[in-house]
Amino acid sequence: MKKGKAHVLKIFDNVNTDYIISGRYKFKIANMKDLAKYIFEDIEPGFYKKISKGDYIVAGENFGCGSSREQAPWAIKEAGISAVIAKSFARIFFRNAFNIGLCVVSCDTSSIKNGDVIKLDLKDELVINISRGERIKTMPIPQLMRKFLDDGGVIGHFKKYGDFKI
Amino acid sequence: MGKTIAEKILSSHAGTELKAGDIAICKVDFCFGQDGTSSLIIDSFKKSGRKKVFSPSKFCMVIDHSAPSPNVGVSEIHKKMRDFARSEKVGLYDIGEGVCHVVIPERGHVRPGSLILGADSHTCTYGALNALSTGVGSTDLAMTLISGKNWFRVPESVKITVNGILRKGVYSKDVALRIIGDLGANGCTYNSVEFYGPVIRRLSVEARLTISNMAVEMGAKFGVMEADAKVAAYLNENAKINKGIEGVTADKDAKYVKIKGYDISSLEPLVAKPHAVDNVAPAMDLSSIRIDEAFIGTCTNGRLEDLKIVSEILKNRKIHKRVRCIIAPASKRIFSEAVKRGYIKTFIDAGCVVVSPGCGPCVGTHEGILANGEVAISSANRNFKGRMGNPDSFIYLASPATVCASALEGKISDPRNHIRV
Repeated sequence: MKKGKAHVLKIFDNVNTDYIISGRYKFKIANMKDLAKYIFEDIEPGFYKKISKGDYIVAGENFGCGSSREQAPWAIKEAGISAVIAKSFARIFFRNAFNIGLCVVSCDTSSIKNGDVIKLDLKDELVINISRGERIKTMPIPQLMRKFLDDGGVIGHFKKYGDFKI
Repeated sequence: MGKTIAEKILSSHAGTELKAGDIAICKVDFCFGQDGTSSLIIDSFKKSGRKKVFSPSKFCMVIDHSAPSPNVGVSEIHKKMRDFARSEKVGLYDIGEGVCHVVIPERGHVRPGSLILGADSHTCTYGALNALSTGVGSTDLAMTLISGKNWFRVPESVKITVNGILRKGVYSKDVALRIIGDLGANGCTYNSVEFYGPVIRRLSVEARLTISNMAVEMGAKFGVMEADAKVAAYLNENAKINKGIEGVTADKDAKYVKIKGYDISSLEPLVAKPHAVDNVAPAMDLSSIRIDEAFIGTCTNGRLEDLKIVSEILKNRKIHKRVRCIIAPASKRIFSEAVKRGYIKTFIDAGCVVVSPGCGPCVGTHEGILANGEVAISSANRNFKGRMGNPDSFIYLASPATVCASALEGKISDPRNHIRV
């Protein structure tokens, strides 16, 4: 992936899907591009305006816990974020992300600072922190999830194979 | 090597022997969506290019999150769901039927040993009926809608045993808050939690559903219990199900990643403070917190037994004049029975507002959105910032008895001061 700026969330651990995209917007706005303008609005007002295409979101443990709303990964993807990098992910969010074609990876994110320029290398399973000259090993992405990403999400996967292809 | 409940049920649905860590394709017995997730399910179904749902009888939709509709946007979503139900001949529980996690087991869509997916994170609720049930996103659910199956990673299991005796004024909600407060919001991420012990066995099925419902608040994928005579009676009474209810048990030598025991004999009524479910304190320590709104209902605690507890406390009493007390019976059947038993009259006479069966103000779309700086105490399962519609408000979670006692006093209160013997 291309290099981009790291947006380290102020609330680092247990960032829930209500914080990613509030329930009040989820019911009001059906278009994901419009919804994206409100990401993290309740915890960091004005967050959307700080994002440039290709940037990364960086967080701690249990990112995406709480409700099953798929609008959460959609809003992140449509905001132009190339990947979410966190210490760990809640399971529904993890599935949803790959199902819609948003890349999420786990690694030790404690050394990444807000504004660092970073780059995700999926092939070598590394986060390269260009600002700090660091290389952080990431957890491998399960093979099925890699396929979903390659196929542009689970719908693309189904269209291609007609079924789940393990 | 012995197997856990999750390993057994996923193996039987995959048609091959599985162990924790395996990834497999499993047949799904039932799946559903609600009005917060069904619009995207329908979109993903259409995008998939498939013309038909896999099995119309194995899917339904429930309109519960914003029901009746509070605005045009939601009305359009509801219309889309009704149109889809008609064209695909799938089930729809429309406004007023109740909260999905109460309606689905009530109407016989859940059996012990079954595998169920719902496009709602609290789908883990049916673990109390020995089902493996879990929440997924909309596109995920749509893949099951078109194929009748989905992919599963077999989770590692955690064994929790609850010992002791529940004291007066202490309920299964307090047990759930005790466990979540101890293990944390991330304490069981991706695990299947199995609940055991004399306390669980003595609880009613309704009270057990409260505990399974909150398993996801510590990150669990499943929160499952054994099927017993009470489960059989529940299924028979509610859905006339008499067969295939033996259920699945774990082997004695099954492998667990964590084994925890709790003695709850000295447990006191608990409250989860803003803005996290694992931020737990005794109700009696929070008596300085004034409240503006009290809410009783939801998939966690809006069942008949909960309404009975509340009506016994509220009988011939008035709630505090500063407090708005909102009550949403969790289903039409519960509502109807509560009318018959006189609970609803008690609520109205006490000064409460009874709203239609559904999620009520829990998800922040209508029926009791808080003003800036206001404080609510709720019998729901989440108190995240903004959950009830306003990020500048504060939500405390507790048992229906604690919520109701707080409504009487206008501040957070220990229900033991209000329970009449």
